[in-house]
Amino acid sequence: MRLQYPPNIRILRVPCTGKVDILHILHAFEKGVDGVYLVGCIEGDCHFTSGNLRARKRVEQARVILETVGTGGERVQMYNLSSGEAPRFAQIAEEMTERIRKLGPNPITTAAIKIAV
Amino acid sequence: MIPKTPSKLERTLSAGHLAVTSECGPPRGSDPEVIRSKALKIKDHVDAINVTDNQTSVTRLCSLASCIHLKLMGMEPVLQMVTRDRNRIAIQSDILGAASFDIHNILCLSGDHQIFGDCPQGQNVYDMDSMQLVQTVRHMRDEGRFLGGADIERPPKMFVGAAENPFADPFSIRVPRLAKKIAAGAEFIQTQCVYNLDKFELWMKQARDRGLHEKVFILAGLTPLKSVGMARYMKTRVPGMDVPDELIKRLSGVPKERQSEEGIKICVESIQRLREVDGIRGFHIMAIEWEEKVPEIVEQAGLYPRPEVA
Amino acid sequence: MIVAEKKPISEIIETIREHSKVLLVGCKECVTVCEAGGMKEVGVLASALRLYFLNQGRNVRIDEANLERQCDHEFLEELRDVIGEYDAVVSLACGVGVQFMAEKYTSTPVYPGVNTCFMGVTERRGFWTERCQSCGRCILAKTGGICPISRCAKRLLNGPCGGSTNGKCEINKELDCAWQLIIDRLTALGKFDLYEELVPMKDWSTDRAGGPRKVVREDVQL
Repeated sequence: MRLQYPPNIRILRVPCTGKVDILHILHAFEKGVDGVYLVGCIEGDCHFTSGNLRARKRVEQARVILETVGTGGERVQMYNLSSGEAPRFAQIAEEMTERIRKLGPNPITTAAIKIAV
Repeated sequence: MIPKTPSKLERTLSAGHLAVTSECGPPRGSDPEVIRSKALKIKDHVDAINVTDNQTSVTRLCSLASCIHLKLMGMEPVLQMVTRDRNRIAIQSDILGAASFDIHNILCLSGDHQIFGDCPQGQNVYDMDSMQLVQTVRHMRDEGRFLGGADIERPPKMFVGAAENPFADPFSIRVPRLAKKIAAGAEFIQTQCVYNLDKFELWMKQARDRGLHEKVFILAGLTPLKSVGMARYMKTRVPGMDVPDELIKRLSGVPKERQSEEGIKICVESIQRLREVDGIRGFHIMAIEWEEKVPEIVEQAGLYPRPEVA
Repeated sequence: MIVAEKKPISEIIETIREHSKVLLVGCKECVTVCEAGGMKEVGVLASALRLYFLNQGRNVRIDEANLERQCDHEFLEELRDVIGEYDAVVSLACGVGVQFMAEKYTSTPVYPGVNTCFMGVTERRGFWTERCQSCGRCILAKTGGICPISRCAKRLLNGPCGGSTNGKCEINKELDCAWQLIIDRLTALGKFDLYEELVPMKDWSTDRAGGPRKVVREDVQL
C-alpha cells in the first residue's frame, strides 16, 4: 500500500508473536533501544491458536519488570490487528514513536553519558 | 444415670430435668466486672454458664480466669477450651488449673481458625483436635493420669462436653460424628444454634435410630435474632449456619422496632417445639451481647424456676 | 516437588545493592518446574538487574549459571573454580539449595532469589497447591490418600470441623475441605466405616516440633 510510517522503526518478522520470548524484549532494552512493540493477530484469530495470548502475557510481565528497574513500562506495548489493516499498522507506528519521543531515550544511554562526563 | 462428678449441670440432667445453659463472652480487657455483671443477669435462670474461649480468634480475657471469677461468685461455670491455642502440656495444665478451683464442666472444641480474629499472623497449635481433647479430659479424670503416664495428684472431676453442628456440611457424617464424639467420651453435647427446626429434628431422628440419645445429653443451641439484618448476616456470613428463608420473611414482615420482640418469640417457640423431641435434654441459649433477654426467654418457655438439685 | 515463588525484583536489588560482581545460580529441578528459579527465570532476573544498574549508571557484572541441583555436593562443586570471581551469589534454588551453597562457600555471601513455599503439585500450568508437610509419619493409608495434616487448615485428625461449608474450608471459599475430600474418597472406596474410627493424638516428634530432622541409611554408607 506504500503508506508512510516513521523511519525509526526496526521491524523484526516472526511467524507468530508467540515466538517472542520475554528475554528478547529485555535484551533489546539492555542494548539501548528506546521502545519495543509487538504486533500480533486479533485475539481469537491467532493462526497458531494462542500465540498472541502468550505474547500479551509476556509483554505484561516485561512492563512490570521495566517499570521496577527504572526503564519505564510504557516503552513496551502489545498491539493486535489483522494482516489486512495496513493503515492501522502505520497508525500504530506513529503512536508508538510519538509515545517514545515523549518518554525520551532509554535511560541507560543518558546514564552512560553521565559516567563518561 | 448416676452422676460421676460434682457438676450441678450433670446432676440436673441425671435427675431427668431439662437443663438450661447460657453463655457469657469475656471482655476485651481485664475488668472482671464485665463478666460478673453478665453472669448476674442470668444466674437464676440457668443451670450453668459457658464462658467462651477467644471466640472467633478475637483475643479476650481467658475463659479459665473468667470461670474462676464465676466460681468464686458461687455460680456453675462451663469452661470452653479450644485446641487452637494450646499444646497438650498447656491443655492438661489448664485443666488442672480449672480443677483446682473445682470447675466441674468443660466444653471441648477445636476453635475457629485464627484468620478470623485479630491475630491472623499468629501461629496456631492444634496439637490435638476436639475429640482428642475429650479423650484427654476423660483420661485425666477416669484413669487419674497425665497423658505422659504419671499419676495426677487430685485428678480433675469434670463433666465433659463437646459441640456438634447438625447444619455443617456434609450432612451425611453429622450423626457418625456425634457417634464418634460419644465414643471419645463426650457426656453432653451443646449444638450450634438451631433455626432450621425440620433439619434439626431429622438429625435427632437419625441419632435416635442409633441409640445415641441415650448415651449422651443433647442440649439444643438457640440464639435469639435481634433483627432481620442479623438473620441475614447469620445466613450468609457465618459458616455452618442454616437460617431458613421463612424466618427471614417472618422477620422482615414485622416493623423494625418490633423485630427483636419477634426474634424472642421465635426462640421461645423453638424451645416449646424442641422440648417435645425425644432425646433433647435441654437448651443452650447463646444470646450474644443480649444476655439480659435470657431470663425472659427462659420464663416464657416455661423453664423457670430452675430445679434445685442435691 | 518443592514449590517456590520468585522474590520481587525490588527486594533482590535491595539485597545486592552494595555488590558489583554477582552470580545468579538457578536449579534445574523443582524450581524449574514451578517456573521460579530455572534457566529462564535466571535469564530474566539477570537482564532486569543489568537494566537496573545500567539505569543507575553503575557498572555491575551480573552473570548466570545453572546447576542440576543445589542439594548435592557434586553439583555445587562445579562452581568451585569460578565463585572467587564474584562478591555475591543469588541462588534461585529453594531454601535448601541456598543454605547448602552458603555452607560450602563460606566466604561468599549467598542470598535467596525465591521464597520457598511448600511441597506440592502442579494442578495446572501456573497453579501449584500444597500436599505434604513432612510430618514424618505418613497416615495416607487411613485417609484414602488425602492428607488431613497438610490440607486441613486445622490439621484435624478427626474432622471435619463445624465450619465446613459446601465442601469448602471456612477460611477460604476456594479451598477444598480436606475432610469432605476424605469422606468422599472413603465412600468411593467402600471404606466409609474407617471414618468412625477414632484417630488418636499424633506423635509430632517426627515433625518440625521435634527439632531439625535427619534420615540415616547405614546400609548405603561405606
